[in-house]
Amino acid sequence: MTTRTVRPVTDIEGVVGDSPLRPDGVPKLKGEFDFAQDLSSDQMLWGATVRSPHPHARIRSIDVAPALAIGGVHAVLTTDDVPGRARFGLEHPDQPVLASGSVNYWGEPVVVVAADDQRTARAAARAVVVDYEVLEPLVDMEEADRRDEVFRRMRIRRGDQGVTGDVVIEGYYEVGMQDQAPLGTEAGLAVPDGSGGVDLYATSQFVHVDQEQVVASLGLRPDQVRSHPTGIGGAFGAREDVNLHIHLCLLALYTDRPVKMVYHRSESFTGHVHRHPARLWYRHHADREGRLLRVEARVVIDGGAYASTTAAVLANASYFAVGPYRCDSVAVDGVGTRTNNPPCGAMRGFGAVQVCFGYEAQMDRIADELGMDPLELRRRNVLSTGDPMPTTGQIIETPLPTMEVIDSLEAMPLMGNGRSDDPIHLPGGTGLTTDAAHVVSGVGYALGIKNLGFSEGFDDYAQARVLLNDEGAVVETAAIEVGQGLVSVLAQIARTELGISRATVRHVDTSKIDSAGSTSASRQTQISGGATLEAAETLRKRILDAFGGDRLDDDGVWKGNVLVAGMDTVLERHWEETVTFRHPPTVGSDPDGQGAVHADFAVAGHRAVVDVDAELGLVKVHRVDTTQDVGRALNPQSVRGQIEGGIMQGVGLAIMEELVVADGVIQNPNFTDYLLPTILDSPEVEALLIEEEGSWGPYGAKGVGEAPTISSTAAVAAAIRVATGKAITRVPVRPQDIALGDD
Amino acid sequence: MIVAFVLNGEPTTARVMAPTSLLEVLRDDLGMGGSKNACEQGECGSCSIVLDGGLVCSCLVMAVDAEGSDVRTVEGVSSGDFLHPIQEAMHRAGAVQCGFCTPGFVMAAVDLFEHNPHPTKDEIKEALAGNICRCTGYGAIIRAFEDLARDTR
Repeated sequence: MTTRTVRPVTDIEGVVGDSPLRPDGVPKLKGEFDFAQDLSSDQMLWGATVRSPHPHARIRSIDVAPALAIGGVHAVLTTDDVPGRARFGLEHPDQPVLASGSVNYWGEPVVVVAADDQRTARAAARAVVVDYEVLEPLVDMEEADRRDEVFRRMRIRRGDQGVTGDVVIEGYYEVGMQDQAPLGTEAGLAVPDGSGGVDLYATSQFVHVDQEQVVASLGLRPDQVRSHPTGIGGAFGAREDVNLHIHLCLLALYTDRPVKMVYHRSESFTGHVHRHPARLWYRHHADREGRLLRVEARVVIDGGAYASTTAAVLANASYFAVGPYRCDSVAVDGVGTRTNNPPCGAMRGFGAVQVCFGYEAQMDRIADELGMDPLELRRRNVLSTGDPMPTTGQIIETPLPTMEVIDSLEAMPLMGNGRSDDPIHLPGGTGLTTDAAHVVSGVGYALGIKNLGFSEGFDDYAQARVLLNDEGAVVETAAIEVGQGLVSVLAQIARTELGISRATVRHVDTSKIDSAGSTSASRQTQISGGATLEAAETLRKRILDAFGGDRLDDDGVWKGNVLVAGMDTVLERHWEETVTFRHPPTVGSDPDGQGAVHADFAVAGHRAVVDVDAELGLVKVHRVDTTQDVGRALNPQSVRGQIEGGIMQGVGLAIMEELVVADGVIQNPNFTDYLLPTILDSPEVEALLIEEEGSWGPYGAKGVGEAPTISSTAAVAAAIRVATGKAITRVPVRPQDIALGDD
Repeated sequence: MIVAFVLNGEPTTARVMAPTSLLEVLRDDLGMGGSKNACEQGECGSCSIVLDGGLVCSCLVMAVDAEGSDVRTVEGVSSGDFLHPIQEAMHRAGAVQCGFCTPGFVMAAVDLFEHNPHPTKDEIKEALAGNICRCTGYGAIIRAFEDLARDTR
């Protein structure tokens, strides 16, 4: 190729509905973007963590002397050195900052050290002697349920509990433990401020909750800890919980030096929570026309050793256990267990993913039993605006275009499976393992539903500040950009409302703005976007009122065709507006699980086209087509990015991604053995966005990040069933489940 | 020991300890943070560089083995304010999300297009199969390089 170079487009334009170039694109492409891993500071020390080699043990003693004896080691800290609250947790502070008396999962932090460099810090961590009395771990979630070792139980009863159907389908399903596997591992830098406080720059989805937890465990005043939004290499739920944050601040204040920590990959696999493994039992009752008469479900998810967000994940799994279908007789019993397995918490889809695999398998079996087309069965049960949620009874007030999702998915042309003689297109890949004569094909469908934003009465809000100054429009926020494109969309909203072409998003620390909440639950575009919209709208009105104008643009304030105040005049005053946006309030559910617990919903459908080598149990996913309810696509390119990325993670859960845990120990904490989809595994994706006004999000936008992950897994599993005739009651589908599995 | 090599066209020396990877030397000693450390196993390609004309994972290259070599990293791809066409194509296609894999993809694609200016879709996929992206699902990355392969015809 020629070595011509082209000038980057730096004049970023784009209002709502456009797809402007990402403002952080150029530095990321040039390797100049600062991720948490890239930060440094004068006089900086490196931290390292001593982790438990046992899933369950009593700590008899800890000898830090051998570590302190190493030259260049500045601190070796245990639970005794935690000055404030010794425990932390996103919902319940039950997890020790450093293990206290016992360890309850493999990889639990016991001691942290700081040294002159990373190599010395890791050597010091290895030198610490911890004397353990090994105890029997509790690793089976059903056994934990029997022993009442649980974080939460859910009980949902709606309608006549005596209903039975002409067709009764019972099934048992399992979902393995998936990892978010963000490319950037956990990393951060804590810098003491010289007067007893600290500034933290660390991988996070939610800096305000990190700040609160650091404050509590360090026993400081809130104004002494500032958590700064920092560049992070992906998140997907893994960065909602505190991991190294308190450790870094503890070491920095103890040594009075900046301290940096970067987890290595295998440490990262123990250093963040995972997607809950699940066991699901279902009994569906339908009439001969395929109408659901009753759904009974038991949902068991394993939370592992500490609470994290298990209670909320279980709630989601239970509330969405029926899927986007009408049903007036429902019984769901859910349990989130406490074991000595790795702690589980948030991952994209947050409980809705696991149950979708179960209920969609059930729907296909009902259709099969009735000899009915699987999409026709779904049409006859479709859940739409104005209907009561089958579980909670909440009337759905925002648009829920489930029928359009089904109809448009079916109407999308079914492209060929793309197979050719080239082994790159065969299930076994270029290893030439697959005999093309043994390949069978299948097409499978699935639908999924999930809530948007936080539920069950949580006060869910985001603050944003919009300024107009000589930089143009500036949006200040603590909402975390994880890669999804928030830095584009908030600027697009500001441009749209203010009419100013130059708009930027400035991330500010926890002392400068109130919380934006977590970048999770598909919520930032709706909620931080809502705050940005209101702030910009109010600011525009104030500016227009001040000069008696009717239009604002780069030139200034206009009244009709007359420029009544040039921009220089406008900018003689200080313009800023700060807004805290809340979504419609929700409530906790009653003892029968009833109530308006959710603020908004999104549905999506997926159609997977697979080839399977049935003898070897290998799968090639050729296509995953989708229709998704997006409200309004504020940045179509970013929406497509979320859809394709979410589908890829759904395909990963369907056929390859599983953290294998044996007796509480992760067997594959590395990228060699935890298989992630590569570009050769990526399916063709045709995506159709269904836009419908009426959601409370800005311009009617709905969150789009999670829906792609929910039913894509189930659609791939369905396609494998169609191809092979195998029951496929577990994901990830393993070769033996196909080659040796039950029909 | 002192290791001397050419880094992005400039003669460079680094004092290295024997068991150090080239990635560590680039990031920690030479201040070239563009190459990312994500797996240290050669599985993800985030640390991809071009070493003596061949694409390698710098986490798997011992720093001492770079003696006398020509090393290109992402920092040497663009010139000043100008993006390389590979970078421009990725930017326009929306192929950058979190950005952690991005420098590795840039290097793998630079290597691909220098050897094959008009790759087919399958050739693009095979050339980039050593790079993991967790955000995009690869769709935008493929489109970026399909567009580039077409534009440069």
